[in-house]
Amino acid sequence: MQLNEWLAHNTFHHSAFWDLKQIVREKEKQNLKVSLCIPTLNEEKTIGKEIVIFKSELMNRYPMIDEIAVIDSGSTDRTREIAAEYGADVYLSEHILPEMGARKGKGENLWKAIYQLEGDIIIYIDADIKNIRPRFVYGLLAPLVYRQEIKYVKAFYDRPLAFSQGVRPSGGGRVTEILVRPLFSLFFPDLTALVQPLSGEYAVRREVLENIPFPIGYGVETSHIIDVYHKWGLSALGQTDLDQRVHRNQATRDLGKMAFGILQTFLSRVQKLGIVPQLPELHTVLRQFQVNDKQFEQLEHHILEEERPPMITIPAYRKKRGMDG
Amino acid sequence: MAHKFKDILDALPEYRTAAESARETLLANLVMIGEIPAPSGQEDGRTRFLLDRFAECGLHNSSVDEEGNGMAILPGEVGEDSILLVAHLDTPFTRKDDHTLRVDNMTVRGCGVTDNSLGVAVLATLPTLLEKLNIHLNSDLMLMGASKSLGSADLRGLRFFLENNERPIRAGICIEGIELGRLSIGSIGMMRMEINCHVPEEYDWTRFGASGAILTINEVINKILEIAIPRRPRTRIVFGSVEGGKGFYPVSTNAVLRFEIRSDSAEMVKNIRRQIEDIVEELSSKTESDLTCKVLASRQPGGIAFNHPFSTHTRKILKRLGVEGRTSPSTSELSVFINHNIPAVTVGISTGEHLNQANEKAMIAPMFTGLAQLVGMLLAIDRGYCDATE
Repeated sequence: MQLNEWLAHNTFHHSAFWDLKQIVREKEKQNLKVSLCIPTLNEEKTIGKEIVIFKSELMNRYPMIDEIAVIDSGSTDRTREIAAEYGADVYLSEHILPEMGARKGKGENLWKAIYQLEGDIIIYIDADIKNIRPRFVYGLLAPLVYRQEIKYVKAFYDRPLAFSQGVRPSGGGRVTEILVRPLFSLFFPDLTALVQPLSGEYAVRREVLENIPFPIGYGVETSHIIDVYHKWGLSALGQTDLDQRVHRNQATRDLGKMAFGILQTFLSRVQKLGIVPQLPELHTVLRQFQVNDKQFEQLEHHILEEERPPMITIPAYRKKRGMDG
Repeated sequence: MAHKFKDILDALPEYRTAAESARETLLANLVMIGEIPAPSGQEDGRTRFLLDRFAECGLHNSSVDEEGNGMAILPGEVGEDSILLVAHLDTPFTRKDDHTLRVDNMTVRGCGVTDNSLGVAVLATLPTLLEKLNIHLNSDLMLMGASKSLGSADLRGLRFFLENNERPIRAGICIEGIELGRLSIGSIGMMRMEINCHVPEEYDWTRFGASGAILTINEVINKILEIAIPRRPRTRIVFGSVEGGKGFYPVSTNAVLRFEIRSDSAEMVKNIRRQIEDIVEELSSKTESDLTCKVLASRQPGGIAFNHPFSTHTRKILKRLGVEGRTSPSTSELSVFINHNIPAVTVGISTGEHLNQANEKAMIAPMFTGLAQLVGMLLAIDRGYCDATE
């Protein structure tokens, strides 16, 4: 599939899926089970609203989601209490597959969700979205319900506040435009068609999720895209414009850490795929600087992008899913 | 189905339980409505949302009128007359204010949550609740999100509707987010006024006594405070806001004072208005600044009597729900019903804090009692218990 063809056929706008009853009918016809996973760490300000809206609109009014699960990394605020109050299934990440140990990072929660949740499709939604609406879920789910060949649908957000007629640039956040898009342009030009490859909202078929490894940190989205592209081709990817997303803005310094983790994952992928020869052992410390009383100080961040293996290789998962006969 | 009033009272706990089971629906509606900014005259986003909800619930005649009111009808079994439930769509916040709402396990917080996003959310949720309870009214139930209600918009939405409506309306209920237990059965006389002070650019600032617009407005306030206010009929002048100036040192050239005259007597309101206009005229000539006085809104006193069946039965419903009813006058939508001789009351849905501030807060638990109260009232009206006895 050519890039332009992909853009024309696999890029959607949520408004195309306004008929929620039709999505539910199609989902039921295919006997699909859909799980919603919200990874959390101290999200008490937004978690209640997310669950209330999804439960009311996409479980009670239009039965599109079969389970809502919060996979928590050990919040110290009231995230778990509030989520449970509104009927989400709340899990502490470290309690899932305890024999595999516990790692810190969003990717860890996403990976463990594959074991814990029952859906044929899992939709991942970040917990820090201030303007959460049902479209964040059905916009990602619908392409999977209507198009069998699509396996992984990413969100992007593309509603300018003001624009006159004509051509306008469209793109992702700072890390996407400064790091990920240049890297994709160099090594995987097809993937540049993804407007926001790092967005935290996506819907994926289980057959894909259980077969790909999961970096536990910042690199999880980048690695997913490369792996899905490599194993199933560009046509397995889709993207949906969900209009606007209002969320916390991150400081440039935090984006530096994110970029460092993504770069580790990216280099590991291109090496594993044989695109670049053996790389030297890479350092895992990001150094940033600050001035304290006219003295420059070095800040060291240890960022190691560990990776969880494909879930299908985990015996407990195979047993739970009845895969070994 | 409750037929006797006692049956309605006995069923109130069941209504409250049903309302609790619709918690997510109510809260989702509250969040989705509350996060749409709706300054007066710009309520179209909320209207669209409300109409979508009405359509999803299968209501009839879902429509927007010329003034931007959004409404729909839940047809009654007989449909000879209608009960009109109205909640104003607008809030006192601007589009620039952060309308993000926050939900925790006890509260919903954010701009406009109680005034009046909760009232509108109740309109959006009520058809679902009535369906859950398998309640079918004999009268048509008209649900209306009223536009252009607050401040100088002066209830234009509801006014327009009642002036042009041809359906017989048996009774009206105005829904406000807070306070649960509030029962307004009448309107006091009210006049909402604004005094503007403008000092011309060519003003001679070296002149003795030159003061600027803020001090002139201050002088206006002092003079208004000298007006003799009687104890009977009960009368008050409520100063709402003062604006003026641009910083620390420039002498202010513009200032605005907004206030309301409230009284049980329409004559007293008029009398005080005349005195204030005299003050404005006098100070305008003395200070050489341009002082103008505008009436932005007015209400005639009136309403149903304390012992009107609508009032007494509503109080009984509140009492049975364990809520202490507090009768207080209103100057909002209720007064429009009064002008059209339609028996009406205003009730609140929940308790809350920080009204009209960015950290406005509504408690979740009382909302279900508020909804049960509404269901009880609808049935009481529908079965004729609230009709005036001859």
